[in-house]
Amino acid sequence: MTDVLGRIVVVGAGHAGGSAAAFLRQYGWTGPITVIGEEPIAPYHRPPLSKAWLKGETDADSLALRPVSFYMQNKIALRLSVGVTRLDARARTVSLATGEVLSYDHLIVATGARARKLPVPGADLNGVLELRTAADADALKGALGRGKRLAVIGGGYVGLEAAASARALGAEAVIVEREPRVLARVACETLSKFLQDYHSAKGVLFELNATVERFIGEAGRVIGVKLAGGHTLLCDVALVGVGAIANQELAQGAGCACENGVVVDASARSTVERIHAIGDCTWRPLPMYALMGRLESVPNALEQAKQAASDLTGRPLPPAETPWFWSDQYDVKLQIAGLPFHSVRQIVRGNPAAARFAVFHLDAENRVQAVEAINAAPEFMAGRQLVGNRKPVALIKLSDMSVSMKEVAA
Amino acid sequence: MAKITFIEYSGATHEVDAKIGLSVMEAAVKNNVPGVDADCGGTCSCATCHVYVAEPWLDRAGMPSALEASMLEFAENIQSNSRLSCQIVVSDALDGLIVRLPQSQH
Repeated sequence: MTDVLGRIVVVGAGHAGGSAAAFLRQYGWTGPITVIGEEPIAPYHRPPLSKAWLKGETDADSLALRPVSFYMQNKIALRLSVGVTRLDARARTVSLATGEVLSYDHLIVATGARARKLPVPGADLNGVLELRTAADADALKGALGRGKRLAVIGGGYVGLEAAASARALGAEAVIVEREPRVLARVACETLSKFLQDYHSAKGVLFELNATVERFIGEAGRVIGVKLAGGHTLLCDVALVGVGAIANQELAQGAGCACENGVVVDASARSTVERIHAIGDCTWRPLPMYALMGRLESVPNALEQAKQAASDLTGRPLPPAETPWFWSDQYDVKLQIAGLPFHSVRQIVRGNPAAARFAVFHLDAENRVQAVEAINAAPEFMAGRQLVGNRKPVALIKLSDMSVSMKEVAA
Repeated sequence: MAKITFIEYSGATHEVDAKIGLSVMEAAVKNNVPGVDADCGGTCSCATCHVYVAEPWLDRAGMPSALEASMLEFAENIQSNSRLSCQIVVSDALDGLIVRLPQSQH
């Protein structure tokens, strides 16, 4: 018999932490649940922050994961605007910045990730922003508008999405990227090239192979970005989107083993008894690839929230999910399933020039490791299935648009 | 407001008052109806807000877009009355709508 009466404390009120509390109640946990968050608002969707929210197309109600009434009805205590200073696995306590100490029977660490800082002079000027939270997004939104100039440092998803939103708001945007192409760490060359061309056609400028020497300020506010050995880009606001770092220090302090994130198993258990960890902050098994890795995505947060809630309530673990990601830029829908580990060849299906195509990454046995789909939902959905079931595909069919994805995946 | 009834796979029924203009998915989430996961928050990217629209309402709910149709084609437990609830906008014409939730969102 699983004991479902104990006190659970969830540290972190993001998508992972908020969802874990909800799944625990859904799965029958009856003991007290407390969710502690540093931000002033209840758990919300982060993906729209660089898209619909930035463009003013959605409101706070729609951003919220669940209405506040949900937490009251389900007896989930939300402690917002509160930092956590220390976790003590021996005493089983969580110390809050307010000086309070909460006791737990089970702890769920859902501390997320934080934006990597750019270690250059001027990075602390007003107007040099990052984009992780609703407050960050509001600051960026306030600085954008017709005729404003946005300098984005980092050609990753956050940067590209913010640039697309800036253009939609009538602002100018330039993206500074250290590598020779955008999305260099997370997407294949075909996709990088397609997206860069698409952004260029929408008026976004690119500075590739370029690093920032410093931000230039005037009266404490950024007015430009000086490139190393190069020119200065004038701007009204700068966004730094150069990756994120796992918030693992609290768990580490409690004795949890950490790599690039808090080490967990397939049940989201950390290496310390009675401590689970979920979401962006974890270094987790990727069973389809027999590897460990860190994923920053909503599906990952939800999968691990379900794992932890299942483990704690004695339910069988949910089946392993294929990692997946999405991004919307202008009218382009990008959907990615899987990760291109062990891939030996790429097959392009469809036509990049027509803005509808998918890149399949295959291993030596012609099994799909990953698919990157642009405006190609059937390729994404079938590819996601194929990554999961590990069935080899016929290359000749895969590259032939006249053969349906249903048939390719059959 | 339009009245919408959600019937979980288990048979549990939830009757909610939905604001005109919201999506059926949002009406479910705001009223704490379990089984409409909506992982992607309503961008037609994930197919976790799949519902079966009861026959009398099928036409009034409109036709799925090409994107929605291809997402549905590969979703689990698909039927001829399958829709993604994030793509159905609540209107006066849908007052009384009944939707059932599939086993995969159980």
